[in-house]
Amino acid sequence: MRTGLLPAVTVLLALAMPAAAETIYVSNEKGNSVSVVDGQSLNVTKTIPVGKRPRGILLSPDGKWLYVCVSDDHTIKVVDVAKQQVVRTLASGPDPEQFVISPDGSLIYAANEDDNTVTIVDVAKGTALGKVKVGVEPEGMAISPDGKTVVVTSETTSMVHFIDATGRNIVGNVLVDNRPRAAIFTADGKQVWATAEIGASVSVIDAAARKVIKRITFDIPGVRRDQIQPVGVRVSRDGKLAFVALGPANRVAVIDAHSFEVKSYLLVGQRVWQLAFNADETRLYTTNGVSNDISVIDVPALKVVKSVTVGQAPWGVAVGP
Amino acid sequence: MPHKGGNCKSRRSGGRGLLISVLSALLSLATAAAFAQTASAPMTVRIAYITQVVERAPPLSLLDSIPADEGLLGARLAIEENNTTGSFMQQEYALADAVVPQGEDVAAAFKKLMAAGQTVFVADLPAAALLAIADLPEARDTLIFNVQAREDSLRNADCRANVLHVIPNRAMLTDALAQYLIWKQWKRWYLVAGKGAGDTLYAEAVKRAARKFGARIVEERSYDGGSTARRTDTGHALIQKQMPVLTQGADYDVLVVADESDLFGEYLPYRSFRPRPVVGTQGLIATAWHRTHEQWGGTQLQNRFEKLAQRPMTERDYAAWLAVRAVGEAATRTMKADRASLEAYIRGDDFGVAGFKGQKLSFRPWDGQLRQPVLLAAARTLVSVSPQEGFLHQRTELDTLGFDKPESQCKLKR
Repeated sequence: MRTGLLPAVTVLLALAMPAAAETIYVSNEKGNSVSVVDGQSLNVTKTIPVGKRPRGILLSPDGKWLYVCVSDDHTIKVVDVAKQQVVRTLASGPDPEQFVISPDGSLIYAANEDDNTVTIVDVAKGTALGKVKVGVEPEGMAISPDGKTVVVTSETTSMVHFIDATGRNIVGNVLVDNRPRAAIFTADGKQVWATAEIGASVSVIDAAARKVIKRITFDIPGVRRDQIQPVGVRVSRDGKLAFVALGPANRVAVIDAHSFEVKSYLLVGQRVWQLAFNADETRLYTTNGVSNDISVIDVPALKVVKSVTVGQAPWGVAVGP
Repeated sequence: MPHKGGNCKSRRSGGRGLLISVLSALLSLATAAAFAQTASAPMTVRIAYITQVVERAPPLSLLDSIPADEGLLGARLAIEENNTTGSFMQQEYALADAVVPQGEDVAAAFKKLMAAGQTVFVADLPAAALLAIADLPEARDTLIFNVQAREDSLRNADCRANVLHVIPNRAMLTDALAQYLIWKQWKRWYLVAGKGAGDTLYAEAVKRAARKFGARIVEERSYDGGSTARRTDTGHALIQKQMPVLTQGADYDVLVVADESDLFGEYLPYRSFRPRPVVGTQGLIATAWHRTHEQWGGTQLQNRFEKLAQRPMTERDYAAWLAVRAVGEAATRTMKADRASLEAYIRGDDFGVAGFKGQKLSFRPWDGQLRQPVLLAAARTLVSVSPQEGFLHQRTELDTLGFDKPESQCKLKR
């Protein structure tokens, strides 16, 4: 009887949490490294030294290269995913924090936090092509699915700037709440969701009209309002759900992306900062800067299923094959 | 690094002549705007910074120095930031500044700025000079940000309707410290106060905080710091004998020092009769800003300031920066440049300015004091930030620091 039951239990477990053939890359801001986590075992398989104060992290569209903003070295490091080591350095302008890559992988747009600029980087040549002057403390960056529009949030200026990628100039500014930290386009390119850390809100912006159409706020019983500091944000490809990391509230808000209602709060690690989906969006990974771990959220179940200890002060996360 | 980011040191050296310098490029733009009021002409928000040179004793530690431009550079940094934001809003910001030499008339300099059309002021002045300008009949329709005077009286009986306080008052600082000491269960305090007027006021605030949060002053001593052998070759021998005598008495958990002029407080750590921590104006200090603060993006502000000033940001720099940022926030949100509109917004319910302290900061309507988290810093690290967890308030925990509405004796009337 006992042995007969085992396969059934295994199947149920597997359904509850599909073993993912994927790799998670986490930048450790104070560890000066990237932790490589195997999606199946959820073990750290390697720690790659990358330089001082790594923050923004993303993969090339083909998944072969991992780019890391190394803020205090004022560069972007390129990690060869197959070799798991740094192979190149890109000119990024001073103090790069967050960045995005064009859909074809040829251009990187990096926010230079200390310099009030966005630097456009030619990825193949590794050189800067130009700069766009933006507001004070640019941080959050997003690119439209067609690659034509880049948005950047300026924290002290409290604005979301819309940059025309071809003309490399600002074509619109949207005032949002205090300290906008991160932004993302919806998959249809129609909306930009921008979080405001001190405003404790998310502004949903109509990307064509460049107007705020909804301001979402958060209220968590038992959590002080000043602990609610929205940072990372992700909207599912089907446009149904949005997830917002709430910083020292140690929770990720789950939002109905149609009605803009907050459905629930998922308790994760301490000072949750950035978020990333896996390829089929069955999992969402969060970086928790104070507890030095990442949380794994089962998206269909809307449950936190595991936390994995990584390096010191995990900041950003990217997921590849 | 040579500065002390903390406590109430407002020393200035040197005697610069009365200097009213207006950023010329901005002034010319402002003039151009005044002559050609077209729809696309940028609106100019004008702010004046006024301070007076005050000679003070040198700091006790050789590691500390006295920047001559403390406060002013904070205002300048914020003007730069406001102008970056303004470039996207067709708004410009211009800073005028007046540095009044010691002994000269602050009110005259203030009137001169008013005659030049200034209506929004950052006053980096002691309490008497602050009241002297705020009480001028012509100052009735001005808005004055206090970035230096910590007097609790200015938030109570001596409050003024045309003044907003950015710098924390003494009661806010001692409440911040008290909450942490209570959290630590260090409830027996041995209070040593200097003979200066500020020391007496600080000691009073310490006693008020003890009553408010349930600590006990087990012994109170006063000390004439001016008579110590400060910075002499043989000073240490005398000091290490004097300090144990000063601190020998009832047993206590912490030694609380009230020495705002930095005459002897630095001599208490390691030299007290009992091996106990030192807190107050030296040792663990309560302050609006400190070089060791890096949380909530604080690193960015520290970096920006050091790039501009070539020195660390002090508490007065921070207060002046925050005052100018508050005006910028109001001008950005209202798209107005006149004093009345800006002031109405700043005093209103929707106002909130980000000050790198993890939450929006706003002004208390009953006394015009900026509510803000207070940093608790040791010389080399940030120790904590108050309000402490568990000190509750029905409105905001920030109102557990300083004078709350029911106890305020301030009656604002313009």
